[in-house]
Amino acid sequence: MYLRAGIDSLPRMSLDSISLARSAVPGFAIAVAVLIAGLLLALTVGRYPVSLGDLLSVLYAKAAGHRADVAPAVESVIWQVRGPRVLAAMLVGTALAVAGTAFQGLFRNPLVSPDILGASSGAALGAVVGIYLSLSVFAIQAVAFLGGLVAVGVVYVIGASVRSRDPILVLVLTGVVVGSLFGAGVGLVKYLADPYNQLPAMTFWLLGSLSATGVSDLLPLFGPVAAGAAVLVALRWRMNVMSLPEEEARALGVATGPLRIAIVAAATLVTSASVATAGIIGWVGLVVPHLARSLVGPDFARLLPAAAILGGGYLLLIDTLARTMAQVEIPLGILTAVIGTPFFIWLLASVQKNWS
Amino acid sequence: MIDRRALIAGLSAALIAPRAASAETVTDAAGRTVPVPAKVSRVFPAGPPAAILLYTLAPEMLIGWPRANRPEECAYMLPEICTRPEVGRITGRGNTANLETVLAIKPDLILDVGSTSATFVSLADRVQEQTSIPYALLDGRFAGIANSYRSLGALIGRPEDAEKLARYAEDALKPIVGRVEPIAISERPKVYYARGPHGLATGLGGSINVETIELLGRNVAGETLGGLANVSIEQILMWNPDVIVTIDQEFATTVRNDPSWASVKAVRDNRVHLSPKKPFGWVDFPPSVNRLIGLWWLAKILYPERFPEDLRALTQDFYSRFYHVTPSTAQIDHVLAGRD
Repeated sequence: MYLRAGIDSLPRMSLDSISLARSAVPGFAIAVAVLIAGLLLALTVGRYPVSLGDLLSVLYAKAAGHRADVAPAVESVIWQVRGPRVLAAMLVGTALAVAGTAFQGLFRNPLVSPDILGASSGAALGAVVGIYLSLSVFAIQAVAFLGGLVAVGVVYVIGASVRSRDPILVLVLTGVVVGSLFGAGVGLVKYLADPYNQLPAMTFWLLGSLSATGVSDLLPLFGPVAAGAAVLVALRWRMNVMSLPEEEARALGVATGPLRIAIVAAATLVTSASVATAGIIGWVGLVVPHLARSLVGPDFARLLPAAAILGGGYLLLIDTLARTMAQVEIPLGILTAVIGTPFFIWLLASVQKNWS
Repeated sequence: MIDRRALIAGLSAALIAPRAASAETVTDAAGRTVPVPAKVSRVFPAGPPAAILLYTLAPEMLIGWPRANRPEECAYMLPEICTRPEVGRITGRGNTANLETVLAIKPDLILDVGSTSATFVSLADRVQEQTSIPYALLDGRFAGIANSYRSLGALIGRPEDAEKLARYAEDALKPIVGRVEPIAISERPKVYYARGPHGLATGLGGSINVETIELLGRNVAGETLGGLANVSIEQILMWNPDVIVTIDQEFATTVRNDPSWASVKAVRDNRVHLSPKKPFGWVDFPPSVNRLIGLWWLAKILYPERFPEDLRALTQDFYSRFYHVTPSTAQIDHVLAGRD
């Protein structure tokens, strides 16, 4: 009872919820508009020409249960190639944005991104080991996923066993240290790899890409992302408390320890699943939360859903660029950095008042 | 991209080499002057292409391999040479061979085969200066193979053996190129080179990885120049290649049932070919003389009516001349299947 009242009264206590409620509606509208625009654009442009008419007739034929009157290649592009890729881009974007938002709140730091606890380095090590051992594609993704979970697990266990007055700081520092250790492991495996065959595969993987996404990749991606995102969205009210200093949060009657574990576990699940599918894609988890914050304000109740929608649209647009700009795929990790860096600097300069 | 300077240097090396031998120097593929050692019995290979070139000409001189061979590869090589130890490679910053170890091994010559760009020329000069061991940089591209053999033969005192292999390389290249040349470029099959388990990594135009393919067919990714790159399935559907050549066993198996590849012409026509790879790759890596036999293989795939030769006989002949073993019929079948 006491706990409930403490949390429910919190938004009113710490934030100006009336002005937020007014500003949040157009903010959400913008996020949804970005997503819909991204979706329409992504489905109709690509290296293989598919007209809007083709798209509609294929969709209609599927709904009506007969074969569309288009070339089989067009149908295969829509159902087997572009469709799965578009869905995967949205899922990965959502996952990274949600995890980034949760971590930025948890660590009370605007520079935090989903890989702060070593999920990306762990997944990277898992993937390069998988490539080094010449495993199948599915096994490489599975090892990458497990690598991400193991890395964060190690960080959490070490962080929790170190006694300190500032458990958050210890956790971040452990994450940085363990992350660089896993990074060294990646370097070692690359050094040992066959330079003609395995090394290029590792380099491509580490740069991040959705080019190989197929229908069979969607379920292993959707499961963990949906589960993790659902937990984070369910906890979004309590995240406001987590962004208060430790003592204040405890004073409000929130069990910070278990809550922190739940947030870290959920964010790690979605990050590892997306890194396992798409490779390492930086910047999305850092930039999108800020963008969402400038649209709907810092209250997690609104921020988290807005970041989820915006993240999906953002990565969808970037992936569309990645696959259409040239005959050759542009690695996603490179595009997100090239677009994300100036954008982030602009964001820092113009909307710093929104971080509170 | 064939460096014109390197080509001229290679050609002049061929002209100068016989005279140079008496003057105790050989001009290598990069135009560097390499002193001919008084006696050569041990040679250090700077990388895999060099190890293969040396093994084919003088196996007993090979000190060791840049990477240890796997046991199943040794079935197609002289066993006592194949099992020689791993000695690392010399590739500039990413050296896995320690120069002190190289010195301790006391080679009479360091041999490198591959790029003759400024990076590797300066590396060769530096290593030669640091170790006082002659360092020869030779060309592994098809056009340079014959001259590389002649230069190496002059350096290690085996000119007659080298001439035989050089002649074989020339005699193989001439009819293959001669029979393909009259075919208009637009008539040649469109070939997509698939690497990686997804088959989405490919060699761009002029890349050493697709030299075999570009010599015989049309590389669909050849419009963009470069090295290796990733492409999307949509782009491959646009290219719609007639033939797919791959080095990845996993991809060769899965592509047949992958719905996203189903409408690619090469997959529909069942023309996805897994390259043989034992003991060394036939179409791509390492970029050395091992790809000579791959030219016959790909030529027969692309133009079966123009290349009636028996591939098994060619394989047996090539393996006995270059790898010094005569494989059995069963072994040849195994090699041609391209599997582990």
